[in-house]
Amino acid sequence: MSTQTAAAARAATEPRRTGAARPAAQQTRPAIGFLAPFIVLYLLFIIGPALYGLVMSFFDTSLVKPGLAGFAGFRNYAEALRSSDFWSSLWHTMWFTILTTPPLIILAFVFALLADRVRRGRWFFRLAFFAPFILPSAVVALIWMWMYTPLLGILHVSLDKIGITAPNWLGDPNWAMVSLAITTVWWTLGFNFVLYLAGLQEIPRDLYEAAAIDGAGPWQQIRTITIPMLGRTTTLVAVLQVIASLKVFDQMYIMTSGGPNFATRSILEYVYDESFTNYRVGYASAVSMLFFLVVLAVSFVWFSIVRRQEKEV
Amino acid sequence: MATQTLEAAPRAATTVSLEHFDRRLRLFNRICAGVLIAFALLWLIPLLWAVDTALKPNAETTRTTWLIDDPTLDAFGRILRDTDILNWYGATFISSAVTAIGTVLTGSLAAYALSRMRFRHRNVVFWFVLAGIMIPGQVLIVPQFREFDSVHLLNTYWAVALPQIPTAIAVFIFKQFFDGLPRDLDEAARVDGAGAFRTYRTIIMPLTRPAVAAVFIFTFVSTWNNLLWPLLVLTTPDLMTVPVGLATVQGTFGIRYADTMASAVLGAIPLVAVFLLFQRHIVQGIAGTGLKG
Repeated sequence: MSTQTAAAARAATEPRRTGAARPAAQQTRPAIGFLAPFIVLYLLFIIGPALYGLVMSFFDTSLVKPGLAGFAGFRNYAEALRSSDFWSSLWHTMWFTILTTPPLIILAFVFALLADRVRRGRWFFRLAFFAPFILPSAVVALIWMWMYTPLLGILHVSLDKIGITAPNWLGDPNWAMVSLAITTVWWTLGFNFVLYLAGLQEIPRDLYEAAAIDGAGPWQQIRTITIPMLGRTTTLVAVLQVIASLKVFDQMYIMTSGGPNFATRSILEYVYDESFTNYRVGYASAVSMLFFLVVLAVSFVWFSIVRRQEKEV
Repeated sequence: MATQTLEAAPRAATTVSLEHFDRRLRLFNRICAGVLIAFALLWLIPLLWAVDTALKPNAETTRTTWLIDDPTLDAFGRILRDTDILNWYGATFISSAVTAIGTVLTGSLAAYALSRMRFRHRNVVFWFVLAGIMIPGQVLIVPQFREFDSVHLLNTYWAVALPQIPTAIAVFIFKQFFDGLPRDLDEAARVDGAGAFRTYRTIIMPLTRPAVAAVFIFTFVSTWNNLLWPLLVLTTPDLMTVPVGLATVQGTFGIRYADTMASAVLGAIPLVAVFLLFQRHIVQGIAGTGLKG
């Protein structure tokens, strides 16, 4: 890590020196050759579809009929903003984000902090916390659906043994989203854990040594050195987490199909339902665009926070 | 290393207080380790429980206990025999490998141009590529689906792989890595008469192995695990990816919990293998790109 940063810093000064000596227009043609494979695929499968989706959102396009069909203007957007299904799915997405983000940041931070103090057996913690992250959502969903099974599931039986009556995890509309959130925390915590571990390793050890000589105990060191020094990591973790949570789809699709009684239908599942069950792709595109605006807003908030943090340093 | 030699001097001077401090610190670290081990074991329970269930006969799964009276591999045999899982492995491997190779090649070529070549509108191109990071892939599924439908490419490996190849973040990661390599290497190659492509292929790419490994593994795993897109474009059981196949057949197991868990374990095995083999690359990849991206 540190060698890479040093190399990057060196390179930042170097290119200008060598680059300026060369005639500018010389490499345009080979550059096009290098860029072409990426740019062609990028235009065909990212930019093109993005624009096509934007156009469709202004038409009454149907999945089962060719062409764009009649012009709708802003009717799709107006319908979405008036639709209670749209707002409830947006709320479910927000609720899922609220339920998952704090534990995924705090637990990852605490686990990384603890792991940083343990000298031996790091591989074991990495395996335990990170291995779930690399599993497909379908595998995670199957395992947790079995754990959540009423009466027979390990969660019901274990809680029963200590005298707690387990809720009907996925079947109760009040609990279904919480259950999906628990599964998601278990599944994706490893990613944030690894980010925090890397952040911890960037903190110079002599800071702790100096604090220790001044008589600072472990708690004081954490409060006055570790937490402030991890500010940028936390910003990064938080934003990546919020965006990832907003995009939730797989867990709902497999574990609850958006139920019970649509209590866990996320915004992407709403898009999926409108497109592929009701065939209303024009309307679904409008909903996608509104969702895109939400993600964009989050990214911009992050961007401005990072800029402020960089100014402070 | 350097800090250890530096610390030796002050330690000698303040032996008494540091000894007390060391004892306190050691106790604190031991408590930390204990708490962490407890959580790690808690985190392993779902995986262990899945394996445990898969090793039971279906009839025994209704007794919720870790003990197995009659351990058996029958459930695995049934899944391998009765589902298309072997085909899914093959299909997923092909589309993931094609995607990962495509992402590494197109991304590194574009990044090389952006890092090393001077051409007009270079900054415009760079920002144009960077904008792609902002677009969540999920909002593109509907137009992408119509696109592939209109050229009759649904239900092909192409439909799975092609849209996942252009990854703006991969260009960004490679560019950052190339920017960190000394320019003298290129100059030396140029003096020796190497063209841009030969410099890229014989000088730059061999030095870029860590970034190539990170991008390749990440693309491979995320393509392997992707559910939404392949779910839409694949309806032929033979071509399904592992997640799509598992999601499709899960309803048919009913209360045969051992079979369900055997399918989950079989779905997990390739990725656990990838994880164990490439643990360091994966972890460093996240740490490096996450923090710098």
